[in-house]
Amino acid sequence: MAGPPPRFIFAATLLVSLAAIGYEILLMRLLSIVQWHHFAYMIISLALLGYGSSGTLIAIGQRWLEHRFEIMFSISALCFSVAMVGCFVISQRLPFNALEVIWNPRQLVYLSAVYLVFFVPFLFAATCVGLALTCLKQHISRVYFFDMFGAGIGALATIAALFLFSPQNVLRLLALLALVASALVALSARSFNRKPLLWLQSFCFVLLLFGLPHNLLEFRVSPFKGLSQALEVVDTKVLSQYSNPLGLVTVVESPTIPFRDAPGLSLNTQHEIPEQLAVFTDSDGMSVITRYDGNLEALAFSQDMTTALPYYLLDAPKVLILGAGGGADVLSALYHGGREIHAVELNPLMIELVRDDYAEYAGRLYDDARVKVHLGEARGYVAKQTNRYDLIQVALLDSFSASGSGVQTLNESYLYTIEAFQEYLRHLAPGGILSITRWLRLPPRDSLKLFATASEALIRSGLGTPENKLAMIRSWNTSTLLVKTEAFTESEIDSIREFSRVRSFDTVYYPAMPAGEANQSNILPQPYLYNGTQALLSDRAEDFISRYKFDIRPASDDRPYFFHFFKWGSLAEMLSLRKQGGAGMIEWAYLILVATLIQAVAAGTALILMPLLLVKRNWPSQTGRRMGAYFFVLGIAFMFVEMAFIQKLILFLSHPLYSVAVVLCGFLVFAGLGSRASKSLAVKLNQRGIPEVALIVIIIVVTALVYLMLLPELFSHLAGLSDPIKIFLSLLVIAPLAFFMGMPFPIGLARLAAEAGDFIPWAWGLNGFASVVSASLATLLAIEFGFSAVLLIALGLYLLAAVLVSKRI
Amino acid sequence: MCDFKLKQLYLQLSGLWLLTMALCFPISSIADESLYTNQRAELIAEVEQYARFIDEDTVDSFDPEVLSSMANVKRHEFVPDDEKPFAYENRPLPIGHGQTISQPYIVALMTELIQPDKEDVVLEVGTGSGYQAAVLARLVKHVYTIEIVEPLVRQVDTRFRRLGYENITTRLGDGYYGWEEHAPFDSIIVTAAASHVPPPLVKQLRPGGRMIIPVGGRFMTQHLLLIEKTEEGEIKSRQILAVRFVPLTGER
Repeated sequence: MAGPPPRFIFAATLLVSLAAIGYEILLMRLLSIVQWHHFAYMIISLALLGYGSSGTLIAIGQRWLEHRFEIMFSISALCFSVAMVGCFVISQRLPFNALEVIWNPRQLVYLSAVYLVFFVPFLFAATCVGLALTCLKQHISRVYFFDMFGAGIGALATIAALFLFSPQNVLRLLALLALVASALVALSARSFNRKPLLWLQSFCFVLLLFGLPHNLLEFRVSPFKGLSQALEVVDTKVLSQYSNPLGLVTVVESPTIPFRDAPGLSLNTQHEIPEQLAVFTDSDGMSVITRYDGNLEALAFSQDMTTALPYYLLDAPKVLILGAGGGADVLSALYHGGREIHAVELNPLMIELVRDDYAEYAGRLYDDARVKVHLGEARGYVAKQTNRYDLIQVALLDSFSASGSGVQTLNESYLYTIEAFQEYLRHLAPGGILSITRWLRLPPRDSLKLFATASEALIRSGLGTPENKLAMIRSWNTSTLLVKTEAFTESEIDSIREFSRVRSFDTVYYPAMPAGEANQSNILPQPYLYNGTQALLSDRAEDFISRYKFDIRPASDDRPYFFHFFKWGSLAEMLSLRKQGGAGMIEWAYLILVATLIQAVAAGTALILMPLLLVKRNWPSQTGRRMGAYFFVLGIAFMFVEMAFIQKLILFLSHPLYSVAVVLCGFLVFAGLGSRASKSLAVKLNQRGIPEVALIVIIIVVTALVYLMLLPELFSHLAGLSDPIKIFLSLLVIAPLAFFMGMPFPIGLARLAAEAGDFIPWAWGLNGFASVVSASLATLLAIEFGFSAVLLIALGLYLLAAVLVSKRI
Repeated sequence: MCDFKLKQLYLQLSGLWLLTMALCFPISSIADESLYTNQRAELIAEVEQYARFIDEDTVDSFDPEVLSSMANVKRHEFVPDDEKPFAYENRPLPIGHGQTISQPYIVALMTELIQPDKEDVVLEVGTGSGYQAAVLARLVKHVYTIEIVEPLVRQVDTRFRRLGYENITTRLGDGYYGWEEHAPFDSIIVTAAASHVPPPLVKQLRPGGRMIIPVGGRFMTQHLLLIEKTEEGEIKSRQILAVRFVPLTGER
């Protein structure tokens, strides 16, 4: 397009990019509420698919589109706006049920439908940006800058908006921004009859602000999540609901059929459970606020749970509770005579509920002189403490149904890694106890992995043999593990046995436990846990772990998938047993991730590569093929680095969503700047005869390797800083790496333009295809090999790219 | 020749017409019933052979009475219309309200494990679709069943009346305290998810009685918890895997 660019085109590009990234982040939030967290990877891949596919479409219709740039931009932005709302509404009405995947092949069809529905808005957004990049060639660097800048702010602004508004209103806001972008271009356009378009825009504007039916955007939460189930019960009602980027928090009252949450309560208990309110986070993960009037006797039931065990070995302990939730563990600590009780909670909404909104109900629990509540991420909080504690407790932070149905498989958790346990052990006072309670699943998974993790942490901490520093008991559905830095004493062991005997719990392990004492009260088909714990402490531990049909290798900060128990080797057997009652053994969330990867390959092929193949049949020369490989490799490498950083920053920034936002923002903005700088840098380097890509790749590799070695250490030192400072520091760390990572792509494009111009659409297409596939692929690899491995693979690919591009024709 | 072609065309057209008719008219319910009966027989055969795969100590074959009761309960009457085509697949199905109808094999196993007797009075907590109660109704004297989701109770009431189940009594309400007026029970089935076993229910179990609780998510039963009260009133519990599975490779 010759002449000056349309007046508001840069502002419009910025708005569209902002809304697109905002929508990406918002969707992760929305899908966590109505479905489960593991859709995050799918959404990243979807957004990229939109960009890849629009690149192909534009390449094909370039001539036609160039003459209709403004109207097509305006229409695309309008469609984007409508699709943002529309596709969310449609997706909510698709009958996809993730839990039924192993039973019903139709569910895979619905999953694909969800995927395709959410592809639409991203396609339109990407078309706007792609059009601007293609049609405003003289201003390409400005377009690029506004695109990247918009996306960068979009990521952080959406997080901020989620603190202020409900997810639905953030959705409206983003749709409004896209609509404004569309209107700006239409208003300033000269080249077409804009009246019908303006009418349409006004109509959408009014509809969006005033006309949407009230219940259209209401969450249709999966009926199998805890909140939906609770609300089906007679007389239950929602008392209040709050939202922030960390979660949607819903308080539910059930006057007729009390919640009576007391996991693993002994069958022998004589005590009633007081009235409770349930608090659901993202419609699941129930936590309770127990009615408390200062009368400790009403809490007597808490002594009949496995979580009470450590209190019988300690006298008036100083307690640290990680994951305060609704305060159940704090109450238990009070009941058992805790001298000083510190409770850490990640979500401020949760603290406010107990401290303010339901303060009277909770008996002003957090005003008690012995109780101190701290807002923060558990790992970060522990790391910065100089205090030591007599008891550090990590109790059940998730619901049994979530644990039992395998939905967490893909959830990273930095609470249950070897490094986490080492951190906890460092903060134990002499004689102190680390106590961790998990749901007991059969055949055993969590409990054995926990035991292996603790054993490994003790060894790595240089505390000598683990055999005499571990103890574990179980009820029919919970297991509690105790870890000490020194040996359990005889009298402590007696207390453990007595505690278990009275409550009909089973001892699983304590130093020198006789085999005959195992599996007595709640009888398993085999003494699985006794045998397992014995094997894990013996010299055949490695063999046991590798022969076990579930993955019980301890999780680490590099491979933070405690909840991942899936082993490919067992899949065939489990699938064949599914109809014979073996369904509960299949970790289906992992299979969904695999399905997502297959879907990404199929969709990428169908929507990016096939159209190119149909239109651009002249599959190019050897140069083209080599360059094709170059762009493909770059696509994977870039995404792998990005995905690895998202993970590496989760621990530091304390929440996956923060990490996604910061990493997207950082990589977009700085890679954008890098790509702008690449042209002049390449020219300068070329003048001196230096191979520019090789040099850039070396810088990338060296920087990334330095980060790989230094960042964990650095981050653990800085864990105590406030969130805004941490975000700033993260961006600072990302900046140099992303800056250089932004360069190989445009340099390659420039070279193609000179050597094989016809091949440019293929370069975009292959690059886009590679990134679409990488989002799920990176996660799959990380679950097996860890994120360092993913990062190293990426660096290897960068080196390969340098080799590919080093040869001239 | 021409005549022959016409005849062929006529035949083809009438075939097409028949096909269209067949597609337009709902398949008659009689045909439906016989189809369901066949499917049900196949399902029961499948369930029966799976019994071999359970731990020998627990169950090595299903009682013919249990299987015959299951063969008599029309599972398709217990699922929503859109799930009817799958009613005789050996898998759990969604029945609305976030509930599922259990996998037939698990129902057979639970029924087997409580060792039903003609004179037994059974309590069920968590009626759901009513399928489990219906299977039990043919094996015991009376089934009392409690459900906490109101629409389900209404649905099940009508269903039982329509199908003529007279020895099942349903109630909307809290199952935690059991059903005092009818206690003690010879066996109790708790299908409602709970964080713990309600101690009052254990009290309402007759000495020698058995309580069974499926443990796991809505679509996947992990294992079954069996609680036995001995004649002396002692409580014993066992966790039973529904399937023979050795968690270590290379061991049998």
